[in-house]
Amino acid sequence: MTDSKYFTTTKKGEIFELKAELNSDKKEKKKEAVKKVIASMTVGKDVSALFPDVVNCMQTDNLELKKLVYLYLMNYAKSQPDMAIMAVNTFVKDCEDPNPLIRALAVRTMGCIRVDKITEYLCEPLRKCLKDEDPYVRKTAAVCVAKLHDINAQLVEDQGFLDTLKDLISDSNPMVVANAVAALSEIAESHPSSNLLDLNPQSINKLLTALNECTEWGQIFILDCLANYTPKDDREAQSICERVTPRLSHANSAVVLSAVKVLMKFMEMLSKDLDYYGTLLKKLAPPLVTLLSAEPELQYVALRNINLIVQKRPEILKHEMKVFFVKYNDPIYVKLEKLDIMIRLASQANIAQVLAELKEYATEVDVDFVRKAVRAIGRCAIKVEQSAERCVSTLLDLIQTKVNYVVQEAIVVIKDIFRKYPNKYESVIATLCENLDSLDEPEARAAMIWIVGEYAERIDNADELLESFLEGFHDESTQVQLQLLTAIVKLFLKKPTETQELVQQVLSLATQDSDNPDLRDRGYIYWRLLSTDPVAAKEVVLAEKPLISEETDLIEPTLLDELICYIGTLASVYHKPPSAFVEGGRGVVHKSLPPRTASSESAESPETAPTGAPPGEQPDVIPAQGDLLGDLLNLDLGPPVSGPPLATSSVQMGAVDLLGGGLDSLIGGTNFVAPPTAAVPANLGAPIGSGLSDLFDLTSGVGTLSGSYVAPKAVWLPAMKAKGLEISGTFTRQVGSISMDLQLTNKALQVMTDFAIQFNRNSFGLAPAAPLQVHAPLSPNQTVEISLPLSTVGSVMKMEPLNNLQVAVKNNIDVFYFSTLYPLHILFVEDGKMDRQMFLATWKDIPNENEAQFQIRDCPLNAEAASSKLQSSNIFTVAKRNVEGQDMLYQSLKLTNGIWVLAELRIQPGNPSCTLSLKCRAPEVSQHVYQAYETILKN
Amino acid sequence: MIHSLFLINSSGDIFLEKHWKSVVSRSVCDYFFEAQERATEAENVPPVIPTPHHYLLSVYRHKIFFVAVIQTEVPPLFVIEFLHRVVDTFQDYFGVCSEPVIKDNVVVVYEVLEEMLDNGFPLATESNILKELIKPPTILRTVVNTITGSTNVGDQLPTGQLSVVPWRRTGVKYTNNEAYFDVIEEIDAIIDKSGSTITAEIQGVIDACVKLTGMPDLTLSFMNPRLLDDVSFHPCVRFKRWESERILSFIPPDGNFRLLSYHVSAQNLVAIPVYVKHNISFRDSSSHGRFEITVGPKQTMGKTIEGVTVTSQMPKGVLNMSLTPSQGTHTFDPVTKMLSWDVGKINPQKLPSLKGTMSLQAGASKPDENPTINLQFKIQQLAISAQAPADDAHQSHAAIVQTHQGASRIALQRR
Repeated sequence: MTDSKYFTTTKKGEIFELKAELNSDKKEKKKEAVKKVIASMTVGKDVSALFPDVVNCMQTDNLELKKLVYLYLMNYAKSQPDMAIMAVNTFVKDCEDPNPLIRALAVRTMGCIRVDKITEYLCEPLRKCLKDEDPYVRKTAAVCVAKLHDINAQLVEDQGFLDTLKDLISDSNPMVVANAVAALSEIAESHPSSNLLDLNPQSINKLLTALNECTEWGQIFILDCLANYTPKDDREAQSICERVTPRLSHANSAVVLSAVKVLMKFMEMLSKDLDYYGTLLKKLAPPLVTLLSAEPELQYVALRNINLIVQKRPEILKHEMKVFFVKYNDPIYVKLEKLDIMIRLASQANIAQVLAELKEYATEVDVDFVRKAVRAIGRCAIKVEQSAERCVSTLLDLIQTKVNYVVQEAIVVIKDIFRKYPNKYESVIATLCENLDSLDEPEARAAMIWIVGEYAERIDNADELLESFLEGFHDESTQVQLQLLTAIVKLFLKKPTETQELVQQVLSLATQDSDNPDLRDRGYIYWRLLSTDPVAAKEVVLAEKPLISEETDLIEPTLLDELICYIGTLASVYHKPPSAFVEGGRGVVHKSLPPRTASSESAESPETAPTGAPPGEQPDVIPAQGDLLGDLLNLDLGPPVSGPPLATSSVQMGAVDLLGGGLDSLIGGTNFVAPPTAAVPANLGAPIGSGLSDLFDLTSGVGTLSGSYVAPKAVWLPAMKAKGLEISGTFTRQVGSISMDLQLTNKALQVMTDFAIQFNRNSFGLAPAAPLQVHAPLSPNQTVEISLPLSTVGSVMKMEPLNNLQVAVKNNIDVFYFSTLYPLHILFVEDGKMDRQMFLATWKDIPNENEAQFQIRDCPLNAEAASSKLQSSNIFTVAKRNVEGQDMLYQSLKLTNGIWVLAELRIQPGNPSCTLSLKCRAPEVSQHVYQAYETILKN
Repeated sequence: MIHSLFLINSSGDIFLEKHWKSVVSRSVCDYFFEAQERATEAENVPPVIPTPHHYLLSVYRHKIFFVAVIQTEVPPLFVIEFLHRVVDTFQDYFGVCSEPVIKDNVVVVYEVLEEMLDNGFPLATESNILKELIKPPTILRTVVNTITGSTNVGDQLPTGQLSVVPWRRTGVKYTNNEAYFDVIEEIDAIIDKSGSTITAEIQGVIDACVKLTGMPDLTLSFMNPRLLDDVSFHPCVRFKRWESERILSFIPPDGNFRLLSYHVSAQNLVAIPVYVKHNISFRDSSSHGRFEITVGPKQTMGKTIEGVTVTSQMPKGVLNMSLTPSQGTHTFDPVTKMLSWDVGKINPQKLPSLKGTMSLQAGASKPDENPTINLQFKIQQLAISAQAPADDAHQSHAAIVQTHQGASRIALQRR
């Protein structure tokens, strides 16, 4: 006779039959029927139709039958609220029963009936039960307050149940205290602002007393509650710790972990010089070790928490490495966690053992585990410098196994090792290259490409290797593409002679054929760097990279401190603060470790504030997001392995910055005219062909990208005339400022220093706005690029020709003079657009004899193109007309000295030459304006 | 706190659900099934699974998943501990915990679950209190209940529930007063290929069966308590006394309970009394492999090693084995690929061995996993922790589980 018979009635009239049985006179039959109903309920069948019949059975003195009916009620009351009222009377009566068991059962069940109407009737019996003489009833009633609060919070507050509950914290029975704490904690969770658990030294004392005597579950509630308390000084903290420590020997692992939480938190307040501090540290280790012999699920949670604890206080478990060795029958989730902790605990003292273990793991069957083990070997190398050599040779052994995923994982970590110990283990590159073909995962390919690029000068066939990757460029993932681009640029900078073709190929692939904005932008950055200033490019691309450190995967200290307060909770399993995943609506109180407030004067120690990582490690820790250049070169290798989300997001921030505002600062130091980034795509078409061809022609400058037209640099002062100093240059106007871009080349055999420059008086008062800055002595065959800002406030003297500029340059050898002609358009100011009416009036006002007419030949532009081209050099179109098939553009411009020039440009479609008429009060400038027009339109 | 509980069998059917607060739709388990599908084996299903509105915490025991649903921030260990307690309780009530047994006793199961948790807060988890509230089914009681119409639900408040010793009921009477203590030690060791111990530790427990009248107050002392690195006590043990005198002083629960569990990590103490020599080879091309193992005693303090059984999970590629033992009997199950060899006593003069060939799947490449050899044995009356029993394993990474019983160091005093 077993209960399985209750499942067997599957006949059609089942419900009907049950109904009949429920209404039977025989008690025994009734009970059997209720049991059948309950059985159906447990497997999810809907038996709510029997509600009235089941409720009828409630009035009974048979306790089992009563309980069964209560079980049924709890499940279905919500769906039949009106019928549930029928049960109220019985509940109220049962609350007065002489048997405490029945009183408790009634108040317990009533709280579970989640029907609003019933709650009103519940208040009186509940109030009585909260003051019941029997502690069993009181403790049940305490929980009932929490239930009621969940259904109707306002009612609970109005009825003053919360105060009664607070009083129960001082109850004489520890079980009641524990339940009151549990109920209050649950209520407080939905009301973060309320100070329900207003703890003071007196209530803490009561809780600590109850802690020793209540059930294991009660101990968990009390400990969790204690953890929220902030002791007023270190003495109080110590005394609480002393009373909590015995809980570490509890058989229930949840009690142990909650006790660990309290201790970890309050330890923060204790001075490290205290003997007690050391004792406490010693006491924490054994229970944590014992947690690892529990069931695997418990181990998992324990390991996640231990991971936090070893980051916060590595000294606790530093001698316990061996307990984290993986067992063959551990579930995979335990294995992976253990590996993590092994790496955290790895030190010079135990590295040999750890490596031997890791090597074993790398030959296991489970792929995820093997991968992580291989990665762990690399992390050991980075963390424990003395072991790096052994790690590398272990990795090489693993590569020899030729197991595909092992090889790939090994290459990824070897790349990290190279970054940590540059120029140390390059001998292994040959072995790595042998496995090039077997790499099919993006991360491994990217790592390999990085290695080839970084050490291009030592790999004879680096260009061939990279070229082989280039063939399928468009099929690669972005990660690999970016890495390939960078690697080839590096290769080019190291071996410029043989790889020119390769770099052109990759640049055009990246900029022209790719849809990926990151790739394109990076392509452009390199391109411009290379075309303007290979020296700067070298500095940027081959910059010394920040060393990486093992600490990059550590949890950020402030987050770690917060998580320590959440030991044993879900937050500690996910390593995220509760605010990151607890459902909205409930505010989450941000917890933090207590600051140390000593009552006795204790020596100021450097770690007063919780600072997380040991200070000794700080200097070589370079946060992943730190260095712009580092990012540029290595960003695409992915965020740090299993790094905390915070770090990752800042890395991305860095990248955005790099492409946005960072661009200017990046390039500003060089001689490059940075066009607005947005304008780049517009210029994609024509200039690229020529751009590519003269990419490496250093004197040719950059084509007309945008902005005011810049003439190519011309040689102003040949070396023969200036004892070896060659000066070439050009003028630019950019966002309202004029500058003279100079390129100084030392073709003499001696070093040149002490440069200075001066202008003779000139027509428009041009003068250097800053002294000539040549930072380092110019050694033979070296070239520097300088951008000299100019102002127009110098003294004025009319020159012949008008735009003639006489310059004197001095260095340690001699003073040299030369003269040059500047294009007039560098003087066209940004506010040169004249109002239409004004234009008309001025045009009429200027006498006709001041008008000059010019022909601009070979300029096959339409009106729009011409207008926009001119506008970028500050020649503004005021109006446009079409007269007899000819486009007439009326334009204005203003010079720095305030002279207005009005122009009429006549363009005839199909005719390559156009006519320009200029009117100006100072007719002598017309000739030069015309020249400016011609230069702008033809370029 | 704990919202709901679902019991799921290994084929993915929910065969029992219990809700302590509002009803949570069983569709929440879909997230669990997803995780189950991803995990290759049932043991590898992660114990904490987040879903958009709930968290699923699960334990896997007796081929059943016990999945608890929680909605708020609850200590996961608390939930997992509780789930294990549920399993233990079922086992205690019904002897075994399996799907058919739970279905057979569904009403009792339901009553027990209701009694264990109230609104998600643990209520009564002590086995003796539960048994007073809801009597476990026995054949006799079933018969009596059927005839008399009485119930298996106690109608008195359990006496222990509120006393300072909640684990013991009052008014216990026995004619024969007796108390038994079993010391069970497990050695967990990792032994490398060459046979040297990488790490070894002892997990010990003292299980007691106390049948004494009244409210007995017992003390128990150890010969060498300093050996114990970490101890966890039953709540009945007075911690202060242990701290100061290293003596266990307690009022025991009535019946069976686990008094103490301890952990000894001092490695030099763990001398493994048994060794295994193995020679297992698969060849790439041939469809045969050789298999040979020999078991021998190491340090046994002159005691005999008895009840030796060897089990080994062979790789999937092994089709069959033809082996000859020098003593004992052996079986190989071609379905589960489990080899077991019942050795019996070890005679140091003539070491037991098992030799033969394996037939492998033709054409398949050689298995890449190393079979693990599991050895169980018994040494009677061997003092705890001083010399450890253990077994040895083939290949690098085998953890070893074995038990050993003895009570020589324990002195029981009745006051």
